[in-house]
Amino acid sequence: MTTPPPPTASATADLHRVVDAVWRMESARIVGALARVTGDVGLAEELAQDALVAALEQWPDTGVPAKPGAWLMATAKHRAIDTFRRAQNLQRKTQELGRSLVQDESAEEDWAAALDEVVEDDVLRLVFISCHPVLSREARVALTLRLVGGLSTDEIARAFLVPEKTLAQRVVRAKRTLTAARVPFEMPTGTDFTARLSSVLEVLYLIFNEGYAATAGEDLTRPALCQEAMRLGRILAGLVRGESEVHGLVALLQLQASRLAARIGPGGESVLLADQDRGRWDRVLITRGLAALEEAERTARDALGPYALQAAIAACHARARSVEETDWARIAGAYEALAALSPSPVIELNRAVAVSRAYGPAAGLELADALLGVPALSSYHLLPAVRGDLLHSLGRDAEARTEFERAAGLTRNERERALLLGRAADCGGSAGLPTP
Amino acid sequence: MRFMVIVKATEDSEKGVMPSQDMLAAMGAYNEELVKAGIMLDGDGLRPSSHGARIRFDDTGETTVIDGPFAETKELVSGYWVFEVSSREEAIEWARKAPFRGGELEIRPFSVPEDFGEAFTPELQERENQLRDTLGAQREA
Repeated sequence: MTTPPPPTASATADLHRVVDAVWRMESARIVGALARVTGDVGLAEELAQDALVAALEQWPDTGVPAKPGAWLMATAKHRAIDTFRRAQNLQRKTQELGRSLVQDESAEEDWAAALDEVVEDDVLRLVFISCHPVLSREARVALTLRLVGGLSTDEIARAFLVPEKTLAQRVVRAKRTLTAARVPFEMPTGTDFTARLSSVLEVLYLIFNEGYAATAGEDLTRPALCQEAMRLGRILAGLVRGESEVHGLVALLQLQASRLAARIGPGGESVLLADQDRGRWDRVLITRGLAALEEAERTARDALGPYALQAAIAACHARARSVEETDWARIAGAYEALAALSPSPVIELNRAVAVSRAYGPAAGLELADALLGVPALSSYHLLPAVRGDLLHSLGRDAEARTEFERAAGLTRNERERALLLGRAADCGGSAGLPTP
Repeated sequence: MRFMVIVKATEDSEKGVMPSQDMLAAMGAYNEELVKAGIMLDGDGLRPSSHGARIRFDDTGETTVIDGPFAETKELVSGYWVFEVSSREEAIEWARKAPFRGGELEIRPFSVPEDFGEAFTPELQERENQLRDTLGAQREA
């Protein structure tokens, strides 16, 4: 038995959790308002952090205020005005006395008034600046989670399995880069808007994928990152009007995430779509994902974009009770549209699988065969695995066996290798004629 | 973490008294804030218990249907939200921002299938899934 911690320690821990929660809820708006007024995201975040520290110092004595968000904002505002005054004083000392004093006072009032304003676009501007193309992808991801998501560097570092120091430096450098490049805290317009929005969507997709197919570490997935990406996506969908791809991405994330629990087997291994217990799919996320897809279709100017198309594919799976009942023709069509937008051999291979399900293995094999000379797929085990599967369906077992063996030689996953060798063995004892 | 935020009934809600214009506006603003924060998955209001009924089961599974209204106002539900948040504290802080004057909210985390243990077998899960599919289809229709 463990002894409970002394009440003061536990009360402090409870309070920390409340402060964390309030910070997550309010920080983006506070940092956004401060950045609008100061024109400097780095300074804005420091001021907001000062308010957070003040809360951690004062709330244990005073209790959590009735409106904790307003308290944080007011405190940050005082810090901002102090900083402003200090800067003014410094300027006054170094310049001729009194030269622009009257102006200064009105500037301070303007500042204070501006901080009291609620500006809808503050958070959106914060999203855009965090995903600014002047930053590296890694920096965009870190800054978005930090400034918009309100996550601590420690939380982000743990999620991405990098040392906290590395992550903290990444954030500091990113803020410096923005200052050095004099990136204005404003909404992009015109054609710039479309390009900048696609950078934002890409960042959210990266965050989600890092959680969905964890590239490092022991866990196959890190659902907290998926949740955060979905939250940020929903925030974005609430702020940007009439952009089909925003809804497309939100649909895609929710539909993919609906399968999170089913993707992991009892032993912690990954479970393929066809073998998943569909009863474990999250119905709430599916319903919301399908609704977001409808919104993406409704707001599309002409054809669907890449996120909406991927969501449409995920939706076909989400609607189906089994692999057999899946609308493979529709999926094949979506892959074709996707390949037309952004040609990729991996998309083509997926299309080959969908086509084989919809129109038979021969049609699928024809598409897969066309990929044989593509250098990008030369060491990709799924190409021979798919071909093996299709050849086997066509009764061409000798060729199928060679393909499965080739695939087994290419995969780095032990479990998958065993699976492929098993498929090869099922195709009969002798390899027969060698395949070209 | 998913939470249901349960709005407890009040005398007014049970009488079917419509909220004031101010209250409706405040509630609209609150809902908009929840949506824009990306944490609200669902939410709705319920009609008074006079429109409802209770279905009581005895030990053998025999049922008795009792029509509303029901007396114990404070135990009744008049609405709900579903939040997706990162902690219990966050659910509480969001609920605290609701614009109610009088009344009570209760927050409850959703159970996850694991909570049911052995009793919730794959077959039962499959049944539940089919049921939810049907519900989903009705909603979409």
